[in-house]
Amino acid sequence: MTTLISACRRMYMNHKDKKRVSLSRSKGGTFSIFLFMLIMGAFMALPLFYSVIQSFKPLEEIFAYPPRFFVRNPTFDNFRQVLVLSDNLWVPFTRYLFNSVFITVIGTILYVSISSAAAYPLAKVRFYGSKTFNIMIQWTLLFTSEVTAIPKYLIVAKLGFVDTYWAIILPYLSSTMGVFLVRQFIVASIPDSILEAARIDGASEYSIFFKIVLPSIKPALMTLTIFAFKDLWNTGLAGEYIYSENLKGLNAVMTQISTGGLGRTGPACAVAVLMMIPPLIVFIFTQSSVMETMTHSGLK
Amino acid sequence: MKKPSGLTRAELKKNAPFYVLLAPFFVVFVVFMLIPVLATMLLSLTDFNSVQMPNIVGFSNYIRIFTDDEVFMIALRNTLVFAVVTGPVGFILSFVVAWLINEMSRPVRTTLTVLFYAPALAGNVYFIWQYIFSSDSAGFLNNILIQLGIKSEPISWLADTKYNFGVLMIIIIWLSFGTGFLSFLSGLQALDRTFYEAAALDGLKNRWQELYYVTFPQMGPQLMFGAVTSISSAFAVGYHNRVLTGFPSTEYSTHTLLLHAIDYADIRYELGYSSAISVVLFAMMILSWVVIQGVLKKFND
Repeated sequence: MTTLISACRRMYMNHKDKKRVSLSRSKGGTFSIFLFMLIMGAFMALPLFYSVIQSFKPLEEIFAYPPRFFVRNPTFDNFRQVLVLSDNLWVPFTRYLFNSVFITVIGTILYVSISSAAAYPLAKVRFYGSKTFNIMIQWTLLFTSEVTAIPKYLIVAKLGFVDTYWAIILPYLSSTMGVFLVRQFIVASIPDSILEAARIDGASEYSIFFKIVLPSIKPALMTLTIFAFKDLWNTGLAGEYIYSENLKGLNAVMTQISTGGLGRTGPACAVAVLMMIPPLIVFIFTQSSVMETMTHSGLK
Repeated sequence: MKKPSGLTRAELKKNAPFYVLLAPFFVVFVVFMLIPVLATMLLSLTDFNSVQMPNIVGFSNYIRIFTDDEVFMIALRNTLVFAVVTGPVGFILSFVVAWLINEMSRPVRTTLTVLFYAPALAGNVYFIWQYIFSSDSAGFLNNILIQLGIKSEPISWLADTKYNFGVLMIIIIWLSFGTGFLSFLSGLQALDRTFYEAAALDGLKNRWQELYYVTFPQMGPQLMFGAVTSISSAFAVGYHNRVLTGFPSTEYSTHTLLLHAIDYADIRYELGYSSAISVVLFAMMILSWVVIQGVLKKFND
């Protein structure tokens, strides 16, 4: 017990860290924090961990009764099975993969570009309508893509984008979270004096944007990249704008396999595992940028 | 920065580069955000059925909603209960976790941040809960309960109206460590340490006092941001219900306003009526945002 508590203490008291704990904590307090974090951590990790385990189980272990949590004879069968099962689908697996990658990459590039371009004037210039627009952006943070899905579908249909990649990409670009975060970041990190100095030197607004603003907001751009990446990669509701099998993404494969009943548990978990790896990797690499950006996310 | 006088030719010319930079986003924002919200409000006053030209019918859709639609009342109640429970619980849990891991050493903190944000990153993987709450005796949770002798019969967690609502709440809370959590954590990271040292010298007795007198007042803006993201996801509940508990769910037990609006739009083609349902949802979101803003502002002063 004492070693456990001192282990918990050590989790906090890392003297290399500059931020030292200023008030001490009782033994009971440290222990209850440890217990709380253990329960919360297990709750968060369990479903993801479970899907990883299931994805490596051979069929007989998935159907074993009583079921076991851990895998005894791990196998890659389920991953192979994904390819076999999707051969029975209308188009090859690689096509779904290509669609997902295409929508995610193009969508993310567009989202980061147009959001950061719009954020600079909104952060630093007072022009006609700038104040109203800034307020509208803050208010529309409330509306997730789900609650406006129906009228958005009508518009996507009117514009003739149904059943194209654009049906997913274009509506996503209207998400105001990106503009909001970059704007906050510019306000907090680029002083007006630098911009004034560049203007006096005769720099155009475009070169100020590309040569001064963009290089100094890299953390914000990384943050938008991971946000757009995870949203577009997982697609969600917007996937319903696409009917043609050869334009659908990996999430369609996952839905089709997972609705195939209990016998498909293994392959369904295998697709799930494959699908969660890319956003996790991107997040691990961009984490420090994300934290730096979110520091300025506050609403006043 | 001078106040602009109006949309004059001189103003346009002077600010031309800014308008150019703003234009692409402005267009998608107007087309896919502003028009959808405004169109919903306008369509809610019509009998639009997506085929014929809409007629203006005044507030009759709203009258029908509140007097002649029992399922709406179920959806309203479910949405409110969902929002009132999962919103604050998600908000408080993500703050508490952020607060607790804030002072941990860097590697531990980084690992835990990834762990708590992973469900939001993995997005579609929530369907794994189907296997955990599977209804037969080989289902993960049922099996544990039966082996421990707590239950003798398997429970159909997602279909039984006694359980499916609670199960969905758990799943929604699992998904709720999103942008709000990241905002809290990075806000805490950036707090000025000198305040804490000064407060400790001034005789703060414990962690709770520190949290109340030092941390909260400085975290105001982050708490506001977290509240926005909580409201937006708590009221938009429905998408996951449809996948996990079916559509429509047993006796509409997990039916929500979002699903009710989708029902009338996609299945019955009564878009006017569906829009009125969405407007009620918007109104609830805006109202709760105004109330929470007021509460948090008071708290910060």
